[in-house]
Amino acid sequence: MSFGIYVHWPYCVSKCPYCDYNAHVATHIDQARWRRAYERELRTVYDLTGPRLVDTVFFGGGTPSLMDPETVHHVLNVIQNLWGMSAVYEVTLEANPTTVDSLKFKAFRDCGVNRISLGVQSLIEQDLTFLGRNHDVDQAKKAIHLAQDIFPRMSFDVIYGRPAQTESSWERELDIILDLMAGHVSLYQLTIEEGTPLYLHHARGDFTALPNADIDRLYDLTHEIMTAHGYSNYEVSSFCKPGEESRHNLIYWRYHDYAGIGPGAHGRLQTHGKFITTRAHRAPDIWLERVEKDGHGYHPFINLTSRERLEEAVMMGLRLEEGIELERLKSLAQTQDPLNKERIKALISEGLLHDDPQSLRVTKAGRKCLNAVIAWVLQ
Amino acid sequence: MSLTEKIPQSRIRNFAIIAHIDHGKSTLADRLIETCGGLEKREMKEQILDNMDIERERGITIKAQTVRLNWKGPDGEIYQLNLMDTPGHVDFSYEVSRSLASCEGALLVVDASQGVEAQTLANVYQALDNNLEIIPVINKIDLPAADVDRAKQQIEDVIGLDASNAVAVSGKTGLNITDLLDAIVTRLPAPTGDPAAPTKALLVDSWYDSYLGVVILVRVIDGTLKKGQKVRFMNTAATREVDRVGIFTPKHILLDQLGPGEMGFITAGIKEISETKVGDTITDEKHQTVKALPGFKPSVPMVFCSLFPVDSSEFEKLRESLARLALNDASLHYEAESSQALGMGFRCGFLGLLHMEIIQERMEREFNLDLIPTAPSVVYKVYKTDGTMQEVYNPVDLPDMARIEKIEEPWIKATILTPDEYLGSLLQLCQERRGEQLNLSYVGNRAMLEYRLPLNEIVFDFYDRLKSISRGYASFDYHLDKFMEGDLVRMDILVNQESVDALAMIVHRSQSDRRGRHLCERLKDLIPRQLFKVAIQAAIGGKVIAREDLSALRKDVTARCYGGDVTRKRKLLDKQKEGKKKMRQYGNVDIPQSAFIAALKMGDE
Repeated sequence: MSFGIYVHWPYCVSKCPYCDYNAHVATHIDQARWRRAYERELRTVYDLTGPRLVDTVFFGGGTPSLMDPETVHHVLNVIQNLWGMSAVYEVTLEANPTTVDSLKFKAFRDCGVNRISLGVQSLIEQDLTFLGRNHDVDQAKKAIHLAQDIFPRMSFDVIYGRPAQTESSWERELDIILDLMAGHVSLYQLTIEEGTPLYLHHARGDFTALPNADIDRLYDLTHEIMTAHGYSNYEVSSFCKPGEESRHNLIYWRYHDYAGIGPGAHGRLQTHGKFITTRAHRAPDIWLERVEKDGHGYHPFINLTSRERLEEAVMMGLRLEEGIELERLKSLAQTQDPLNKERIKALISEGLLHDDPQSLRVTKAGRKCLNAVIAWVLQ
Repeated sequence: MSLTEKIPQSRIRNFAIIAHIDHGKSTLADRLIETCGGLEKREMKEQILDNMDIERERGITIKAQTVRLNWKGPDGEIYQLNLMDTPGHVDFSYEVSRSLASCEGALLVVDASQGVEAQTLANVYQALDNNLEIIPVINKIDLPAADVDRAKQQIEDVIGLDASNAVAVSGKTGLNITDLLDAIVTRLPAPTGDPAAPTKALLVDSWYDSYLGVVILVRVIDGTLKKGQKVRFMNTAATREVDRVGIFTPKHILLDQLGPGEMGFITAGIKEISETKVGDTITDEKHQTVKALPGFKPSVPMVFCSLFPVDSSEFEKLRESLARLALNDASLHYEAESSQALGMGFRCGFLGLLHMEIIQERMEREFNLDLIPTAPSVVYKVYKTDGTMQEVYNPVDLPDMARIEKIEEPWIKATILTPDEYLGSLLQLCQERRGEQLNLSYVGNRAMLEYRLPLNEIVFDFYDRLKSISRGYASFDYHLDKFMEGDLVRMDILVNQESVDALAMIVHRSQSDRRGRHLCERLKDLIPRQLFKVAIQAAIGGKVIAREDLSALRKDVTARCYGGDVTRKRKLLDKQKEGKKKMRQYGNVDIPQSAFIAALKMGDE
């Protein structure tokens, strides 16, 4: 069982209109205070997990490239001292491809970060403006090149399904992406989430969202082009060359153990033979106060039943091309018959699941209606 | 002079008010009560006789009420007026008939701007059949659109009643109310009961009161009804002691006795209204009257639908609510049934569509129940090959066609009054619904249509269609005619080859194609796309008459990763699960209950 630690940095220079993550804009950030708070929460989590090796660390946000390298260094030191890192550890940090942030890449690398994930989002100037990004195409390209020089592994994110995006323009953009990328890329669809400025603009009619049918075609096109270039679509929105998978994200998708550190972070942990979910208070100031007072910013832990664990494992695992091993499902559910056989058969004959006696795996067609497949399987 | 004081029979006037919905009957009653000083102004609230919220809100009267008033007539004498407030709607014509039977006179109230409506007709004819003296009253003359002469003309043309001495009033402002009271005193006859004869009283109505027990509304015909008297209910053959005698003013006032010609109430230690029979004759146990009153035909439910709780755990609550409503509504019939599509519920029988609507509304309002009503249907007489007859009031109970000799369905006689310009469309509507035209006449610029129509074509959405075609101007009334044989079939709706019991219906063969096609098309829009292809079919016997295919869902994923936040995904799944609770499985297909509900709710267009 792999073990990963997610560290949430909740601040950004500005908030992107589509973002509904736990991200905040603040003028003054007391990095020393954050270092102390991260350390205290890590120590609390260590008391829960006991000694074991950490396989991955992921600094997410927010914009973690706004962290002082010293803060990153401190967190990694604490982790190293408490648990220790496994031999093939992966430490990823999310970064914005701005000039200022790129200047810190070397320092992050020196603290022990060995993988960087850049939020490029688009390689078309006006789309970057629409997405409210504070960098341009040129900066993004430079940041990608710089990251490739400094870090052994890297990835970047691009959002498609943008308003007025056509197949031919996406095809051209994918060509640029293929030229730039080294090993790993995440290609997401734009979702208009409630509570975001984008949702408001959309509701007001400021722009027209791309129709679902068009997004479907872009999805198919993405898969087609990326696999034709030898990239494996190992997860719904992730593409990579062999060995370049995000090991940290694989922990989520394979439903292994992970600790969530920082405001709003989620975790799934084993403690004293129990499986718990942890969820921290979202507001940075409150989280800090709680940690300083109680040693952690968590809401009460929730114990998961074996059925709930099975459900979560299916929800996450079916995103992966490799699927989930049936043995794993049996052990999670603590029964020889974790899923309704008739329902599985129906999906196989419909061509949505592979007829695989070892694993539950969706076909290409099944992946396209994944939400319905998951709901059906778990019914 | 007090209301409780004895007044000779020659100065008693018993009258009912007949009016179309919205023609201001209850407001007029309020004004009569106020003018006679039955209640102080501060005690008045609008529509004082309509006790139920639903009566006040919808402006209709469901139960009969009486109130005793005193009025000094033009001759200077004090008269006792007993006002009987009656329901105006056809569904409650049974209640109207017994109200009328207890009066000597009636006020026919017509809205000065609307004129005579179809529903008024039936009630006036009932009053005439009961030999009641009728005073035409033109109401709402305060309105700018009031046209008293035209309303009078219509009363003469449509009803054939002399309207030359109609009283024009405004219930709202109280204008000419004293003239009306004088007319009641001078123009309506006094009752002519025999004070010396054995007690004979008509049981007009009864209801359950949590404090008094069953309260019985009575009209004394002969003799007197006294507190402490041992009385016999001739029809049910029960003997009881009268423990309370009283009148409504409209407040309860207890008296020692009621004399001939008087109206009031008694209680007699009765716990359930089922022990009282409306129309029964109450007489003295020792000195019985020789001849009982003719009584009334019991009310028979004609319209049926099933009611299911949206939340299946509320089945018991639904049962209790129905039982509570049935306490005061002898015409409400119900029995438990189980549906594969909708779970446990009740098949209910109603007097008509309004009755059904009111019961549903009261259940939702007074008992806070969320209900799924199935499409209304009627009772069928099914004659089987073995020579027996079975009454079928739920399509799923229809025997196999091979065992059926013939099916008879109820027909009605309908009267429709409509402005001329909608006549063409209404004729077409009646023809489409298998109607037979009986008569067509004109009253000024309004057409009066008489049609025979099968009731099952009416219960579906006829009234809504009529109102929408005529922009609300046509009025409609019906009464049951007779059962007649029809080419009736059971149409099943199949989803992936499995029949959805809640959607089965009995239809005339000539209507089955249209109805089947509509229902399939509608379900195709209502059922969310599934991982599997869904076939929606309408079938008669084994024969498919309509089919729609819902293609399989092949795209619903949004490629976005939520990191370690499985909770977000969970929420999605929980939402789906919550939805699934209200799902019914048909083969590979999960159909939300809401799709059935929507299919049941929509009209035919």
